[in-house]
Amino acid sequence: MLQDKDRIFKNLYGDDSFDLASAIRRGDWDGTKTIISKGKDWIINEIKKSELRGRGGAGFPTGVKWSFAPKEPKEGRPHYLIINADESEPGTCKDRDIIRYEPQKLIEGSLIASYAVSAHVCYIYIRGEYVNEGKVLQQAINQAYENGYLGKNAAGSGWDLDMYIHFGAGAYICGEETALLESLEGNKGQPRLKPPFPALIGLYGCPTIVNNVETIAVVPTILRKGSEWFASFGKPKNRGTKIFCISGNVNNPCNVEEEMSVPLKYLIEKHAGGVVGGWENLQAVIPGGSSMPLLPKSTCETILMDFDSLIEAKSGLGTAGIVVIDKSQDIVKCIARIARFYKHESCGQCTPCREGSGWMWRMLERIGRGEADIAEIDMLMDVTKQIEGHTICAFGEGSSWPVQGLLRHFRKEMEDKCDPDKYYQRENVI
Amino acid sequence: MPKVKVDGIEIEVENGTSVLQACEIAGKEIPRFCYHERLSIAGNCRMCLVEMEKSPKPVASCAMPVAEGQVIYTNTEMVKKAREGVMEFLLINHPLDCPICDQGGECDLQDQSVKYGGGTSRYELNKRSVKEKYMGPLIKTQMNRCIHCTRCIRFAEEVAGVPELGSINRGENMEITTYLEKTLDSELSANVIDLCPVGALTSKPYAFEARPWELTKTETIDVMDAVGSNIRVDTKGWEVKRILPRVNEDINEEWISDKTRYACDGLLTNRIDHPYIRKNGKLIECSWDEAFLKISEEVSKTANIGGLVGGMVDLETIFALKDFLIKISGSASIDFRQKDFYIDSSHLCNNLFNTSIAGIDESDLILLVGANPRLEATIINSRIRKNFINKKTEIFTIGDPGEQTYKIISLGDNLKVLKDIENNNSIFSEKIKTSKKPIIIIGESVLNAKQGRFVLETSKSILKKYNSLNGLNILHQSASSVGAIMLQAYTNTEEVLKNEILYLIGADEINIDTKNKFVIYQGTHGSKNAKIADVILPGAAYTEKNGLYVNLEGRVQSAFKASFPPGNAKEDWKILRALSDALNKPLKFNTIEQLRYKMFEFNPALKRVDQLPSIDVNTLGTENVEVIDSKVNYLPIDYYHSNEIAKSSKTMLECKIARQSFKKTGTEN
Amino acid sequence: MSGKHVAKNQPKTFIFSSENIKKMKEILCKYPETRKKSAVMPLLYLAQKQNEGWIPLVAIQYIADQLDVPYIKVYEVATFYTMYKLAPVGKYFVQVCTTTPCAIRGSGKIIEMCKKYISERESHLSNDEKSSWIEVECLGACVNAPMIQINEDYYEDLDADSAEKIFKSFKDDSLPKFGSQKGRKGSEPIKQRLTLLKN
Repeated sequence: MLQDKDRIFKNLYGDDSFDLASAIRRGDWDGTKTIISKGKDWIINEIKKSELRGRGGAGFPTGVKWSFAPKEPKEGRPHYLIINADESEPGTCKDRDIIRYEPQKLIEGSLIASYAVSAHVCYIYIRGEYVNEGKVLQQAINQAYENGYLGKNAAGSGWDLDMYIHFGAGAYICGEETALLESLEGNKGQPRLKPPFPALIGLYGCPTIVNNVETIAVVPTILRKGSEWFASFGKPKNRGTKIFCISGNVNNPCNVEEEMSVPLKYLIEKHAGGVVGGWENLQAVIPGGSSMPLLPKSTCETILMDFDSLIEAKSGLGTAGIVVIDKSQDIVKCIARIARFYKHESCGQCTPCREGSGWMWRMLERIGRGEADIAEIDMLMDVTKQIEGHTICAFGEGSSWPVQGLLRHFRKEMEDKCDPDKYYQRENVI
Repeated sequence: MPKVKVDGIEIEVENGTSVLQACEIAGKEIPRFCYHERLSIAGNCRMCLVEMEKSPKPVASCAMPVAEGQVIYTNTEMVKKAREGVMEFLLINHPLDCPICDQGGECDLQDQSVKYGGGTSRYELNKRSVKEKYMGPLIKTQMNRCIHCTRCIRFAEEVAGVPELGSINRGENMEITTYLEKTLDSELSANVIDLCPVGALTSKPYAFEARPWELTKTETIDVMDAVGSNIRVDTKGWEVKRILPRVNEDINEEWISDKTRYACDGLLTNRIDHPYIRKNGKLIECSWDEAFLKISEEVSKTANIGGLVGGMVDLETIFALKDFLIKISGSASIDFRQKDFYIDSSHLCNNLFNTSIAGIDESDLILLVGANPRLEATIINSRIRKNFINKKTEIFTIGDPGEQTYKIISLGDNLKVLKDIENNNSIFSEKIKTSKKPIIIIGESVLNAKQGRFVLETSKSILKKYNSLNGLNILHQSASSVGAIMLQAYTNTEEVLKNEILYLIGADEINIDTKNKFVIYQGTHGSKNAKIADVILPGAAYTEKNGLYVNLEGRVQSAFKASFPPGNAKEDWKILRALSDALNKPLKFNTIEQLRYKMFEFNPALKRVDQLPSIDVNTLGTENVEVIDSKVNYLPIDYYHSNEIAKSSKTMLECKIARQSFKKTGTEN
Repeated sequence: MSGKHVAKNQPKTFIFSSENIKKMKEILCKYPETRKKSAVMPLLYLAQKQNEGWIPLVAIQYIADQLDVPYIKVYEVATFYTMYKLAPVGKYFVQVCTTTPCAIRGSGKIIEMCKKYISERESHLSNDEKSSWIEVECLGACVNAPMIQINEDYYEDLDADSAEKIFKSFKDDSLPKFGSQKGRKGSEPIKQRLTLLKN
């Protein structure tokens, strides 16, 4: 188990106050000026060496992303740093806790990152439902301004940074970085075509770096303790510590910061108090938020929680939102509910997702209710394949992968439901 | 220039080309719905997916720029699967109402599903139903059929400059609509019907009129304004069923105004299909012989005969009338100007849109002088807007023309500002100094006896001083004006009106004092001046005869006969030819070819069909004239009722009413 | 399901209160001067708060005029995002998360309570016209599932009893304190906490 001294988010549970003084006592804003004085290249290089990968789901190396921003802003084309706090992936609630309990970590990280990518303005795009979290963050920003950690010559670094909160209004798709930019520009959150990528043409057509809350919030600690320290956790290319959200049928659902590559079973059994009804009652686990294909119990025995191990198991770490599903649940209905989520959240811009997400959901509902013909199972697989890879943004994958996961591991259950002789109805909560 | 390989064919293409365009250059057809050459790229239909080496997913070729060494495949299993998949998705919620859909037979969805679709339907659930949306008198909606390609939204925003269309809600509930279902406030609105790749937006006036394969298609030109938009006239029997744009990059690209498109139902009503003579104060239907007899009686009394031609008259008719007048009276007392209209005849370029329509694209500074391009030449306005969008060109105006589809910067409404500009005394002087291709567009409203000469000469001086006369543009409003000038069919309208016999051909705008006058009206519609005439001769409309027209650039274009004149009506030059026989002063041509031969002898420049005039505008002289201190007064424009065809059109009336109620209620509250 | 429900009875006018005009000015300061359109979303939210939880069409036009944006563009935004309501909601507007993590921990029971104590049908006002409820997608508090949002506050770690208690409290406006209804801090494990023990 990761030792408390190596946990970055010491106030993850809100034991202490979020205010600036408490945050400083916990170690925030310690030597920020010195860190910045080492220069952009040093910062970007340290982050590269720490092997920090984006915590928003895609796992792109953060240092590399920062290096995509042009070296110096051109006249009339300022750079922007955007913090993606549109946390909406079912199963995920880690950024919320960072914002409400550790906001100074985020603000400090934003200053360092802004400096590294030459941005003087940073927007935090926070999901609209997080009203109270947004209020806390605004207070934290105000405190930072009042004490010279933001604004002109922020933290005495010589770098000017203004930071603004922009609230979303209920659209999962705005977590997609280009949809987020559209939303920030006052449009519907419909993802943009790529290329061009935001690092060159982003917010208001200017170079923009978009990072997840957790990614940015761990940056100051990495730079203070050193990239080697961060890279000492986890397996190669999957380094550092990570907040895992464990929800669903466990005894003690919780968020916990652990090292990367921690075994899934350890997380569930130790931190979350075990599966309700015991490990043998486990049916499946969604390991990384709703878009990631579920894992059957057999895989859960040994799987390590990191990007590459999970890809090997045909799933993914995603946002590390672990949803535990026990045997009392109707697995088809669980995934059907996720399909309904994607149907509801599809932006409607491109054909496969707009038309396909609803179709998938309806088929899953039919299968779940035992109304479907067995041939529909193959058709469902076909439909997921017709969506996957054919859309403007990764939502296509996000909506089809969970269904593919179900088809991969629970085909038998689905076939049974389509078989009138075997069809049975179980009591369940959905 | 990057080299790319498409299905093994190596090609070199311009930088900035999209993969889709590269595939087309390589001769590979790429299906698409949302992509349109003249609109921004949306990339949302996903029909144009192709396989690209090193890319694990298929890429949307419309949105992918070419890069050196790209290897593209358009015929692999991956591409085929992707297309079938997209096609299936587009069809699951598309109604199977092709048999009652007006798009049938010219539907992209129909065509592409035959070619690229899987062939069978696997979707057995209920289809989505979407409420119809009201979009005004021209656009019929059937939103169940919409495939959300957003072409219409992009057209309204980008080309028409009226961002009134949008997509509301999201996901599978996304719907295209105008804000609270208001009429689209644009003179170009019906182009969305052509753009719609399915039957979601179809033509309201043409609803259930015909199937495309039943129609005879004639490629011709439009005469509703002086632009000379290229059109296709679709007829079924005698009836003109609809008018569609033809692509002409130099003129209308592929847009036409709503008037060009929809005034055509005016060709079916209120037509003069018989000669009439006035007996006891009443107009009585008669035979051609009776009408001619009546005219010859009058002509025998006096040789004082003058002619006026209207705004939609072809060159042949003007030429024949002029020839006819000379035959009868020895001189041609003729004019085409039905209002106070200043012409400097010393040089043709004083009367032309010298920059050319396509040349607007290159200009980097525009000054409107008493011009309202939106209503006077809608298509030219769309070019100005295109430039405004693409190059952020600043557009200044002297006078307030009302709402345009781009931002205009006012220099006040007094014409003496022109002199300030010339004297380096205006903000515009600073702008034009650094401008590479400035253009000045002068409207007919300021080309009058009092102001015209000052405006023209000072504009020329400005252009000559700061840049070049290539930027001199007269914005004519009528299809016949430049042609009449080239045929020298003008003397002085007031003098013409003094004649005892007046021969009006389609000249309906002017008010005639009929006292002691004998008025012959040759035309197509029972309009104002037909009603006061002593003899009415039924002529042919622009779709009913072959004829030449010169547009405002000085470009000669051929109109072709798509239908035939109704009843006893005849082509106009033939009437004059026959009448000259009846008067025993026969004109010296028997066929249109002979007529044209004589006309080309008179002005050889008219032979240059489809070309811009070859005269150098910079040979124009300029004069210093006294400063006129007076305001710009715009002549009122009744846009939807600007000529007798439009006035007879039910659709134009509906547009007019819709626009009036729109203006009245506005969008406030 | 179809598009967003737009109220039939629409007020004739809308303007921001003087306090909200001040807020609008503050909001506009966040964005570059040429990018006023960015303020569409915060202004819509402001209008919604001012107008008892829903946005009338006149407010859409008002905001469009303030920002110099076509009406349809603001309307698009107002219909795209689920948090904007175009028809009246209750004084206590209950949003029940029913996405999988909440569903497998019993959000179905919360829905039953909504039907029992608020209104049989989603989006319909309760008999006392004081509350309404809707089902929503993941609200991002999965570890504290099942949960609901009432107006701006999250009520977490619910069960049928605590939901019943909350819904009953609408009557005399005596809502319990928001947050976990089982008394835990944030998203710590409710029992057997192993980490961050000595701070």
